[in-house]
Amino acid sequence: MDFIAILSIFVLACFVGYYVVWSVTPALHTPLMAVTNAISSVIIVGALVAAAAAGAGLSSWLGLAGVVLASVNIFGGFAVTARMLTMYKKKDR
Amino acid sequence: MTDHAILPPWALLAYLASGILFILSLRGLSSPRTSQRGNRMGIAGMGIAVLTTMLTQAPIPPGHWWPRPTQPDLIVLAKVLGAIAIGGAIGLVTARRIKMTDMPQLVAAFHSLVGLAAVLVGLAAYFDPAAFHILGTNGLINQVSRIEMGLGIAIGAITFSGSIIAFAKLNGNMSGAPIMLPLRHWINLGTLAAILGLIAWFTQDQSIWVIVTFTVLAFLIGFLLIIPIGGADMPVVVSMLNSYSGWAAAAMGFTLHNTAMIITGALVGSSGAILSYIMCKAMNRSFISVIAGGFGAEEGAVGEAKEQRPWKRGSAEDAAFLLKEAEQVIIIPGYGMAVAQAQHVLREMGDRLKAEGVRVKYAIHPVAGRMPGHMNVLLAEANVPYEEVFELEDINSEFAQTDVAFIIGANDVVNPAAKTDRSSPIYGMPVFDVDKAKTIMFIKRSMGGVGYAGVDNDVFYMDQTMMLLADAKKMVEDIVKALQH
Repeated sequence: MDFIAILSIFVLACFVGYYVVWSVTPALHTPLMAVTNAISSVIIVGALVAAAAAGAGLSSWLGLAGVVLASVNIFGGFAVTARMLTMYKKKDR
Repeated sequence: MTDHAILPPWALLAYLASGILFILSLRGLSSPRTSQRGNRMGIAGMGIAVLTTMLTQAPIPPGHWWPRPTQPDLIVLAKVLGAIAIGGAIGLVTARRIKMTDMPQLVAAFHSLVGLAAVLVGLAAYFDPAAFHILGTNGLINQVSRIEMGLGIAIGAITFSGSIIAFAKLNGNMSGAPIMLPLRHWINLGTLAAILGLIAWFTQDQSIWVIVTFTVLAFLIGFLLIIPIGGADMPVVVSMLNSYSGWAAAAMGFTLHNTAMIITGALVGSSGAILSYIMCKAMNRSFISVIAGGFGAEEGAVGEAKEQRPWKRGSAEDAAFLLKEAEQVIIIPGYGMAVAQAQHVLREMGDRLKAEGVRVKYAIHPVAGRMPGHMNVLLAEANVPYEEVFELEDINSEFAQTDVAFIIGANDVVNPAAKTDRSSPIYGMPVFDVDKAKTIMFIKRSMGGVGYAGVDNDVFYMDQTMMLLADAKKMVEDIVKALQH
């Protein structure tokens, strides 16, 4: 993929983000933050690549540290979002 | 340019699928009913991204259906699984133990981790460019990749140190009052210019001192940017850092040419930006003025200057009597309710009033609390029905037909000075028209303290106002007791 193709995806995704986020009800803004936080930890992909790097020792340790940090966020972020959303769910009954 | 199409087509499609699942995950939050499904889609998207990455690191050899990892591969896998287990355990325990009132701190702490992870990934890419396929034919890192990497590291570092300060302020490890350095605007602008200059220089010279210097400067400016921002502006800061963590992920996605990371980064970046915009709008402040900081600095000074005016104090029994007789009560919660943990007993009071035939509604200002939607989560935690909770613009016209406006732990969001007093620091901020209600009950710890904006509130001295001076939780408990008689 060349730079322009990637840039196109990025710009289109910004527009998608704009419209999707405006449709989120204000009552769920805190869960929105928690879940965006969890998904931004997709940066773990980069950390995994670095951790698997065969050549350099330093890079793979940096990568592993990145995996730990991103995992805290992924598990913590989704779990806390789920916990909050259950509280909203209860009242639907 | 090197060949980036090193990933097999199925992996590219998997990353795309994971990006789409993330979009649907946010889409699910448009209503509480679909929100849990949305969260599960997010989890699925993350699972796909992680598994795909692991599989591409230990590729399936031709003629096989399953990867044939070598022994070094297995060692790496064990380390990675160990790292995920450590991080996952910390995350799960924290998520389970955290109090809902402490959600802003938690989110700030989580933002700092994304920022730091971005810095680590960026540095790893610098030290081992071959693994990231960003090595040019001349043996140097591609110039475009250097810019992407540099921006990713810088934004990540700002997110990290900024979030640490935000966390310390929200968690009370550090005073919420703004800390003002002399000449701070010049220091900040100079540092920012130096970072951008060094990233530009980095495209010409990939020496280690360049990357280290701009990384350190970026950590520094994160601290400098957040220390002058006061407690009342924290919802904007938290949203802004949310946005930055997204842009950092996007920049790393550019380095890795990874669709999932780019889509996510764009989503999170715009989400945080929109939330910051909503928060600024709800305070009638420009984003620039929030970032420039100093809001709430003149606390004390303004409070003392005010002369003593007469006000009426009420008891829990008086309040219970009036509440019981009311047709409609609107409850306005603020950060003080969160601090006092009064949400559960408040819901109990609401239930008792409903049993007496009173219509009870909750009115939430966009900036109530320390992060967007903070009050909604606390009320949800206390089992307040979703249908009884209203946003500012939906309920503001109802105060004229309301018997009691019950203010608990809020202050600036009901201050009429925002409508009338041009010299007030909160002038122009949309506020609740509580002065139109027949009776105003104002729970406050004492008459001494003023709101975070540091301005006096005329509501205290109005004829129809009853000041209920006590700890919010204690006072509501007493009202509940009085309602039982």
